[in-house]
Amino acid sequence: MTWDWGAVRDFLPHLWDGLLVALRALALGSLISFTLGLVWALLMRTPTLWVRRPVGVVTEFVRDTPLLVQLFFLFYVLPEWGIAASALTTGVVAIGLHYSTYTMQVYRAGIEAVPPGQWEAATALSLPVRRTWTAVILPQALRRVVPALGNYVIAMLKDTPLLMTITVLEMLGEARLFSQEHFRFTEPLTVIGVAFVLISLPASLLVRALERRLAG
Amino acid sequence: MTSGLWEIVLRGVWVTVQLLVFSALLGAVVAFTVGIARTHRLRSVRFLAGCYTEVFRGTSALVMIFWVYFVLPPAFGWQLVPMWAGTLALGLTYGAYGTEIVRGALNAVNPAQREGGIALGFTPWQRMRLILLPQAVPEMIPSFSNLLIELLKGTALVSVMGMGDLAFSGNLVRLALQQSAEIYSYILVIYFVIAFLLTRLMRGLEKRLKEQLAGRPAGGAA
Repeated sequence: MTWDWGAVRDFLPHLWDGLLVALRALALGSLISFTLGLVWALLMRTPTLWVRRPVGVVTEFVRDTPLLVQLFFLFYVLPEWGIAASALTTGVVAIGLHYSTYTMQVYRAGIEAVPPGQWEAATALSLPVRRTWTAVILPQALRRVVPALGNYVIAMLKDTPLLMTITVLEMLGEARLFSQEHFRFTEPLTVIGVAFVLISLPASLLVRALERRLAG
Repeated sequence: MTSGLWEIVLRGVWVTVQLLVFSALLGAVVAFTVGIARTHRLRSVRFLAGCYTEVFRGTSALVMIFWVYFVLPPAFGWQLVPMWAGTLALGLTYGAYGTEIVRGALNAVNPAQREGGIALGFTPWQRMRLILLPQAVPEMIPSFSNLLIELLKGTALVSVMGMGDLAFSGNLVRLALQQSAEIYSYILVIYFVIAFLLTRLMRGLEKRLKEQLAGRPAGGAA
């Protein structure tokens, strides 16, 4: 099969549509995973074993099972439970939940990296628990976790094609639709492959630069 | 669930396990070949190996699977058996992640070890095989263990192409049963059990490799 630049040109508007959907899913998914991950990480630091144990088991379970099956689970089960959510919403929730189990570990490492002296100082000043977290620990911890969270944003971007399987028209979904209509697979699939490299390469360079700056 | 439906699920487990083993083997070959190339003294070799890593890590695994299924066959005029197409796509993609692990572990070996090898007149390949790798490999195991779990989860992606793995058989059973919550819960638990066994296996392997290294007469430096 020969390469047809015409097909590439025809596909570009669809690529743009798909990219916008993917970016929207990425933004919302990141937001959920950043928030939920912090919640998990804080819950894992509570002294109550009854909280830590279930959170630990659930997050481990979510982390070690495929996002694709979790997507299917939510997509087919939520309607059975009477929850009507759009495919994109379902996908965003699945991605956010899945990656929250990764960001949780990032936050944990960030919190553990805060020097013990900071905790002791907060105790010495007899700051209440809430103030210790919001004014002393989290501002220092959160700065450290930015590059690692950035890595997971890139990973999430590379998982947005999975949304295709639940009828969301992100980049791969658009490519598949285009292929079925025009009987050309080579161009749309290669174009989105290149698009992914073009987005994730500068993004990972940026994250690496950020890592170096925050480390130094 | 009836026994007939369980049979479908078990067949899916078997396909998933096969795919996991094959793509892990290909991934390991890629990870070590390209990872070692990334520590090569020639800049051009390092650059090419780096390009490989960035391209395969940069694209999405699912996009790569589509590409291997739909673009490779017409481009080269041969059709791959689904199992080999899946193995190729997953092995090349996750192998690219592995190159970073190999490179990092090799760079973490004390430089004096390499210098010692040079002083003893070892060839570069002997240094790699007898000095650097035995010390670096145990350090790689925890990262490889994580990557193996990622690969296990990645195998579910081939179900999109209709390959009869565990995720795919889950979908079949869902259609027959009309009970999504039940079947997907089973499927998720099966994946979790496989992941748990893999983690245990890798932990055992790490322990054995470290003991072996410590047991060597000249291994005190590690």
